[in-house]
Amino acid sequence: MKTNDVILQTTTKIIFFIIFLFSIHIFFAGHYTPGGGFVGGLLTASGIVLLLLAFDLKTVTTALPINYTVMTAIGLLLALSTAAGAIFFNVPFFTHAFDYFHLPLLGKQSLHTAMLFDTGVYLVVVGVTMTIIQSIGADD
Amino acid sequence: MMVFFWVMVILISLSMLAFIYRLIVGPSIPDRVVALDSLGVALICMIGLFSILVDTSFFLEIILLLAILAFIGTVAFSKFLEKGEIIQRDNDHS
Repeated sequence: MKTNDVILQTTTKIIFFIIFLFSIHIFFAGHYTPGGGFVGGLLTASGIVLLLLAFDLKTVTTALPINYTVMTAIGLLLALSTAAGAIFFNVPFFTHAFDYFHLPLLGKQSLHTAMLFDTGVYLVVVGVTMTIIQSIGADD
Repeated sequence: MMVFFWVMVILISLSMLAFIYRLIVGPSIPDRVVALDSLGVALICMIGLFSILVDTSFFLEIILLLAILAFIGTVAFSKFLEKGEIIQRDNDHS
């Protein structure tokens, strides 16, 4: 049966960017309010899953040529090196540091090293989720 | 005014019970899919009402997140019912 999925594909092209922007917002809101790297990574993965639903595996791998296994490895390396970096300053493992900076256009912001760890968590979550979904979905 | 919100909470709870009934005994699979999507919408309404009742704005992000998850779930179920597979390897008809 020939099906017509023009509406789904056109909606997906808009909604994917809304989901991606919301995941970025959740990711940066993570320190003082609900959110963080894990939820942001899951939301990005669900945006890519929506692309996979509307289009097919070949189109999405052409549009986003990302090796998700390498992405998981980079995230693990980033998280582990941020956590281990505290050892060189004579403080316990996983100790985080922060300070207040005056950034252009943004005003007074606090920059944490915990955010670098969260970036690692984000990359690991997106990589692992997409690896699982692609290896299950590609099974014919 | 608070009585109004509590009456709405009770009404939405009753409708959620009806959705769960339809989810369990629904004669066909599309009935169950529609009941699941409506359950998500009712849950979103409930979280919005509780966000008014406890006077906080922390729940609003959860509303957006639940809406996205319910949408993706409904799309996945619909595609499974329509085409028989969820993620296609190669889209050959277009």
